[in-house]
Amino acid sequence: MALTAAEVARLGELARIRLTESETELLAPQLDVILAAVARVTEVATPDVPPTSHAIPLTNVFRDDVVVPSLPRADVLAAAPSVEDGRFRVPRILGEDA
Amino acid sequence: MSELLTTSAAALSDRLAAKELSARELTTACLEQIDQVDDKVRAFLHVDGDRALAAAGRVDEQRAAGASLPRLAGVPLAMKDIFTMTGAPTTCGSRILEGWIPPYNSTITEKVLAAGIVVLGKTNMDEFAMGSSTENSGYFTTHNPWDLTRIPGGSGGGSAAALASFEAPLALGTDTGGSIRQPASVTGTVGVKPTYGATSRYGVVAMASSLDTPGPCARTVLDAALLHEVIAGWDPRDSTSINAPVPDVVAAARHADVKGLKIAVVRELGGEGYQPGVEQRFNEALAVLAGLGAQITEVSCPSFDYALSAYYLIMPSEVSSNLARFDAMRYGLRVGDDGTRSTEEVMNLTRGTGFGAEAKRRIIIGTYALSSGYYDAYYGSAQKVRTLISRDFDAAFAHADVLVSPTTPTTAFTIGERVDDPLAMYKADLCTIPSNLAGNCAMSVPVGLSPDDGLPVGLQIMAPALADDRLYRVGAALEQALTQQWGGPLLDTLATGPAGAHLRGGLR
Amino acid sequence: MSDALMSFDDAMAAFDPVLGLEVHVELNTATKMFCGCANVFGSEPNTNTCPVCLGLPGSLPVVNAKAIESAIRIGLSLGCDIAEWCRFARKNYFYPDMTKDFQTSQYDEPIAFDGRVELEVDGETFVIEIERAHMEEDAGKLVHAGGVTGRIGDAEYSLVDYNRAGTPLIEIVTRPIRGTGAKAPAVAKAYVSYLRDLMRALGVSDVRMEQGSLRCDANVSLMPTGETELGLRTETKNVNSLRSIEAALTYEIRRQAAVLAAGGKVHQETRHWHEEGYTTPGRSKEQAEDYRYFPEPDLVPVAPSREWVEELRATLPEAPDAKRKRLQAAWGFADQEFADIVNAGALDLIEATVAAGATAPTARKWWLTELARRANETGVELSELAITPTQVAAVQALVEAGTVNDKLARQVIDGVLAGEGEPAEVVAGRGLAVVSDDGALISAVDRAIAANPDVAAKIREGKMAAAGALIGAVMKDLRGQADAARVRELIVERLG
Ligand SMILES: [Mg+2]
Ligand SMILES: [Zn+2]
Repeated sequence: MALTAAEVARLGELARIRLTESETELLAPQLDVILAAVARVTEVATPDVPPTSHAIPLTNVFRDDVVVPSLPRADVLAAAPSVEDGRFRVPRILGEDA
Repeated sequence: MSELLTTSAAALSDRLAAKELSARELTTACLEQIDQVDDKVRAFLHVDGDRALAAAGRVDEQRAAGASLPRLAGVPLAMKDIFTMTGAPTTCGSRILEGWIPPYNSTITEKVLAAGIVVLGKTNMDEFAMGSSTENSGYFTTHNPWDLTRIPGGSGGGSAAALASFEAPLALGTDTGGSIRQPASVTGTVGVKPTYGATSRYGVVAMASSLDTPGPCARTVLDAALLHEVIAGWDPRDSTSINAPVPDVVAAARHADVKGLKIAVVRELGGEGYQPGVEQRFNEALAVLAGLGAQITEVSCPSFDYALSAYYLIMPSEVSSNLARFDAMRYGLRVGDDGTRSTEEVMNLTRGTGFGAEAKRRIIIGTYALSSGYYDAYYGSAQKVRTLISRDFDAAFAHADVLVSPTTPTTAFTIGERVDDPLAMYKADLCTIPSNLAGNCAMSVPVGLSPDDGLPVGLQIMAPALADDRLYRVGAALEQALTQQWGGPLLDTLATGPAGAHLRGGLR
Repeated sequence: MSDALMSFDDAMAAFDPVLGLEVHVELNTATKMFCGCANVFGSEPNTNTCPVCLGLPGSLPVVNAKAIESAIRIGLSLGCDIAEWCRFARKNYFYPDMTKDFQTSQYDEPIAFDGRVELEVDGETFVIEIERAHMEEDAGKLVHAGGVTGRIGDAEYSLVDYNRAGTPLIEIVTRPIRGTGAKAPAVAKAYVSYLRDLMRALGVSDVRMEQGSLRCDANVSLMPTGETELGLRTETKNVNSLRSIEAALTYEIRRQAAVLAAGGKVHQETRHWHEEGYTTPGRSKEQAEDYRYFPEPDLVPVAPSREWVEELRATLPEAPDAKRKRLQAAWGFADQEFADIVNAGALDLIEATVAAGATAPTARKWWLTELARRANETGVELSELAITPTQVAAVQALVEAGTVNDKLARQVIDGVLAGEGEPAEVVAGRGLAVVSDDGALISAVDRAIAANPDVAAKIREGKMAAAGALIGAVMKDLRGQADAARVRELIVERLG
């Protein structure tokens, strides 16, 4: 399997975590060891075994379509790193031109 | 040390109800103990003495006015810093949430406050509950009150240490892979992971949603039951919450009778890798249970050998998604926003700076395990193992009322010992993880000090989903017999013996 | 822009277009998909938000029962099967308008799947196969600040309002639509128009394209004529009117045809439609996003009982196509006349106007001429005009009773739109009734003859064409409130 430092860096990008070079170099062998260990699951995960996503089998948990009060806006914005005009101010966004 | 500090919550609540003791007096004693010992133990991330005393004062006033109050009204509690509570920071032990004051209460916070329980503060934990030692806290490491050079377990090491250092009689934890039970085991306290869905996760910052289970931490089985009763129950705000009556755990703790009960030892949870002193105390406890009339048998749960692997795929996958929201946009840390950097760069920098090494490790593993091309082999296979583990439990519970094992293979290890070896660290949860994967309930109860190092050993009891009362029945019976055998609670050894000298302010 | 374009006819001679349409419908539930915040448009920023839709640490979603009900009804009305058991999934990607940095959506287990819709476009029937209709949540709204254009590309920063975050959405996805040939843009438009009518009939959405409550992403690729292998496609977003769907697809077909004809390759990418009439490239899809879908652990599976599904089936309104057939037959319009009604979004309005007493042709006339013009001028939908079908029927009744003529009727409509009350009140308030008293008319005619002796002389000589000038003078004198035919009769009487 052998994850390279470059692959770890790419995963970091996907997870939006800037990793330093020394971090990726430390992480790559650690992740290798962990992934090698956990890959054992494939030994018993045969096609006839159904997967379990929820340990307790509940279904159809709904709520009525009834409005409950929202938070006061001051509370909504209180922890924001930056606010303008009642909105969250965020740095310029790359990527899509909308 | 004030005798109030070593008294059980049950006894304290009796004295409060009888007005022999005021909540302010009791709260003051806890705050003084925190003041005197927490610079060494470091169980708390945040203590709000004024708020605790005000809450205690309100309980005293209501009681003076003749109000009939809930059983635990006026009893102090240490809250793991993963439960949201308005007016207090919730950091989950992470720098990325430093200073965040949530605008809402978790359901359990509301239940605790409604019960008149006095919240002393928020306890330290591994960052976002990821760890078995609190060494992954973004702030500091908590020390084991039995030996300050040792870890207090994790992730709820702060809550367990607060109990064992007599800073609080009750505490709250969350258990995703053992984060209540393993700290309980290594600190000589009691910790319960209720049935998944029996305690609400609303307002409990998520680590791995399909596994996280809030639960009670205490010094006695009855105290745990009293707190369990307060915090459990259906919550319409948590879709995975079970709409069923809470079993009468308090009655079970009082009943404490195991005569005729079938108790099965899980063959796979023992042997190689288990500390001899741990196995010795575990086997002695089995003999005690047999002496009380329980039938001790053995079962095999072959899939448990794959539990750790399945857990370290499912958990990080959910972690990678749950921790995505810490993105510097709406709350928490923001790094590098200099007016020229983009949102993407600021997210990258903030998360690169704000998360610690273990959080990053797990997020990267989870990102990998869920990515296209690997999903089936990793996440998909792990979910199948989850099915196999549930089947093993079902088969075992067809033959036994409860299953038992050591809670964790070793006693508290030394701080620093496993930080560079993640796999060794992960093995601390070897015995606790199966119940998280299957969603059934489990408890850790102290069974003595390991003869090889003098540190506490815990025994794990596992019961079927919604049969939480069985844990208390077995736990209380064992506790009663062992306390008699020891001539007092295990923690008395710490309160009065040389190991706990640093916990006795007066002796310093 | 600067894209090379092939003429549409040439493009159609060389290529067959294949369409794929993804339509997002915002449900008009009282609350959001997973929390009790009000689901309304136009509130002050960040006032309809709570820990759940803000994705605050610790918060958990709970599914809105009404949204499930709407999803099932939509699925049934599209001829879909309804899943016996399905789950939500997390679609993981980072974007500041997403409070959890994953979208709670459905992935490989949609609540509704395998449906079909039949459309008639210019007398030709097309079958649109529905692959799936799944539930998901909307994101917040970004405003881009600083820079020159106000667009994201050169913005200095952005502002986020999360009121829309968590609004329930149903995403309806077609299978590839082939064989439409040159009608591809018209078929796409007809399909979205059909969905709009269907959602309106179901009462599940406001379907206001201009407010974004119905949004279409239009995929198109070109295959050289006679071949069967799909080409690389583009997905055009931001297409928020029926007209734009047709225009954007026409543009993309012409652009792709020019690229392919020049020996180039179409990039698989999202493109953005600009109302000025062109598309621009967005994010390239060559490096496909890895969304790392997995079942949402915070929500339990949805397993609608068959009884419930049948109960909901019984609540379905008449299908829009069946309704159209029925109404066209009842009203007796030719295909083109009827198609104009449908395309103008006037079907329900005319139906209601007829129900209020007008004949179909008169109802059609008012809605498609006078009222369509006003809607166009003010940039609103017909249904948004401040006049009801009942009021339109009342105006027509006044015309038929001879109380007003057509010209006065238009003033009555002005008055209703200006909020002056019911048509009769406007007639009274503005004094608009025609003068039917012959005495008053005769004196007005006489005044006109006296004032225009040359004209009167011509008429006396038999040049009746000149009568128009005198009629005009009389009408002016009486502020239009005269029956022109009667005035002509009187002129002939006096001068004949
Ligand atoms: Mg979608
Ligand atoms: Zn909300």
